[in-house]
Amino acid sequence: MEQKKQKQKLKRKRRNKISHNTAYKTKLYLTKTTILKTPAVKILKENRLGINLAGLKLPNPTMLASGILGYTKETFKNIADGGAGAIVTKSVGLKPRSGYANPTVTQTSCGLINAMGLPNPGIEEFAKEISEAKRVLNVPLIVSVYGFAAEEYATVAKKAVTAGADAVELNVSCPHVKETGSEIGQKPEILKEVVKNVKSAVQKPVFVKLSPNVTSIAETAEAAVNAGADAITAINTVKAMAIDTETAKPILSNKMGGLSGPAIKPIALRCVYEIYEKVKVPIIGCGGITNWRDAAEFLLAGASAVQIGTAIATKGPNMFKAITRGIDAYLKRKGFRSVNEIVGLSHKS
Amino acid sequence: MRLSAYRIKANRHRITKILDIKTESPTVKTFTFKDKICAKAKPGQFLMLWIPSVDEIPLSILDTDEKGIVSVAVKKVGEATQALHNKKVGDFIGLRGPFGNSFTLREGKILMVGGGIGMAPLSFLAKKLAPKASKLTLVVGAKAREELLFMEKLKKFCKEENLLATTDDGSYGFKGLASELSESILTKEKYDAIYACGPEQMIRKVFETAEKAGISMEASLERLMRCAIGLCGSCVIGKYRVCRDGPVFDGNQLRKVKDELGISKRDFNGRRIPL
Repeated sequence: MEQKKQKQKLKRKRRNKISHNTAYKTKLYLTKTTILKTPAVKILKENRLGINLAGLKLPNPTMLASGILGYTKETFKNIADGGAGAIVTKSVGLKPRSGYANPTVTQTSCGLINAMGLPNPGIEEFAKEISEAKRVLNVPLIVSVYGFAAEEYATVAKKAVTAGADAVELNVSCPHVKETGSEIGQKPEILKEVVKNVKSAVQKPVFVKLSPNVTSIAETAEAAVNAGADAITAINTVKAMAIDTETAKPILSNKMGGLSGPAIKPIALRCVYEIYEKVKVPIIGCGGITNWRDAAEFLLAGASAVQIGTAIATKGPNMFKAITRGIDAYLKRKGFRSVNEIVGLSHKS
Repeated sequence: MRLSAYRIKANRHRITKILDIKTESPTVKTFTFKDKICAKAKPGQFLMLWIPSVDEIPLSILDTDEKGIVSVAVKKVGEATQALHNKKVGDFIGLRGPFGNSFTLREGKILMVGGGIGMAPLSFLAKKLAPKASKLTLVVGAKAREELLFMEKLKKFCKEENLLATTDDGSYGFKGLASELSESILTKEKYDAIYACGPEQMIRKVFETAEKAGISMEASLERLMRCAIGLCGSCVIGKYRVCRDGPVFDGNQLRKVKDELGISKRDFNGRRIPL
């Protein structure tokens, strides 16, 4: 009796450790199916959450957004353990960059404004971190890339892929660094040149992360796809600022920054919806997601996967698990067999 | 890692006036101001102080009271701290925080080892622990006599014979490092808990001694900080974010970051550099 109790306890412990991890579920199903002697094909059907994102296999549709905690293999591992289906690194360029002086982050009533200034160790140094991270990660690693010219984007992307990146995400949308980011993404001709250059330099999927600070994000997305983009990430932060009234000074050292968090969710959702109507490649929704319902909204708007960043501050790295669990329960409740079935569903009504 | 919601409420930007400035040593000044949210801070927590148009820096909280008064001790080390030292009573500063975890309040025989400005959070902790501890020994380390911090104040928290000063040049108290004196204390006497804050090489040595003696230890670490809410990754050590999972780490956690503790940190562009 005692032994049995202990065994149960151990089992529960183990289950909690990897709760709602699809791997566990498949395993559980496998045990069940072997007992029932049903064909193993069914296992795939039970896995509602796995997706194929432009050739990358993700165990679930949640991803770490770029710019958040993306320096070291230990932090990548920590986020993957928290349940993320893929990791996007901080944006990395050709040369090391120190970023701006503090304050680099300030809080508004329903979001954060940041102007980090793309701090990164440069691709030479970061390549080591990529290859070491690949050894410990069991989910795809996507390296975010920025540059000050099309050739620079291509060089960095090539080095990232050589180091082991599963895909690259082009940052053509950072709202607070001159001559890169959104200054590239806002000009379709330059954007096309960047995407073409990178596409010819690497064999892996190329994602393009877009800025909402344009007249028509759908047209920008179309330009990126025409140039060869394999997927579109939407959106980056919305250009914003904050001023201190007592001292009459802008709070951020760079004055301008990018707004993230719940404040931009409706904007991001609208962007994804518009892009879905224009392009055929997968869309990765990003902007203010804090719970499974937000994530589901993005999927229904047309996103194949979602990225999460700011909410980690309030909910911690384990929130990926909570969101995955929520989506899974939603799919089950609604009778869907796969998360793919709800992508873009809101367009059909 | 904890799933519990972070009190991000504390991250709201506030502005306040400097109420008092006290010179503690040739390089250290204590700034006092009013802020109700920071006044609720526990020993070990830190705040982000904005010097308008200059910089924003993380500072350990030195003391608080129930009227909402908060103080921080600032050592002149660079441009931002120099600018803060030039401020006068009545000038505006910005605040967010308190952030991070805090020291666990232990009872019994307590040893605290502080080096330089690292004495600030320990002084706050000593104030809280003093009424409960059966014995409180404080080792206060500094380069020279004039740099020994808070000696008058610390006398109130422990017996005079248990307030031990060490100086690198021997101008006062024990000649040598705080870690050396604490090692000799621990060979003679058993303690229930050790708290340390100061230069990381010192923390590493104290940690090694504590491990050998089998005494539980907590140390407060320092890293480059930007967001202070666990997002930007500037302050990572091993798998931990100092701003969010720390700044206070226990023996188990310190053991996990042994390749970095007292050896390396991350600079502004995220590269690992020697300490």
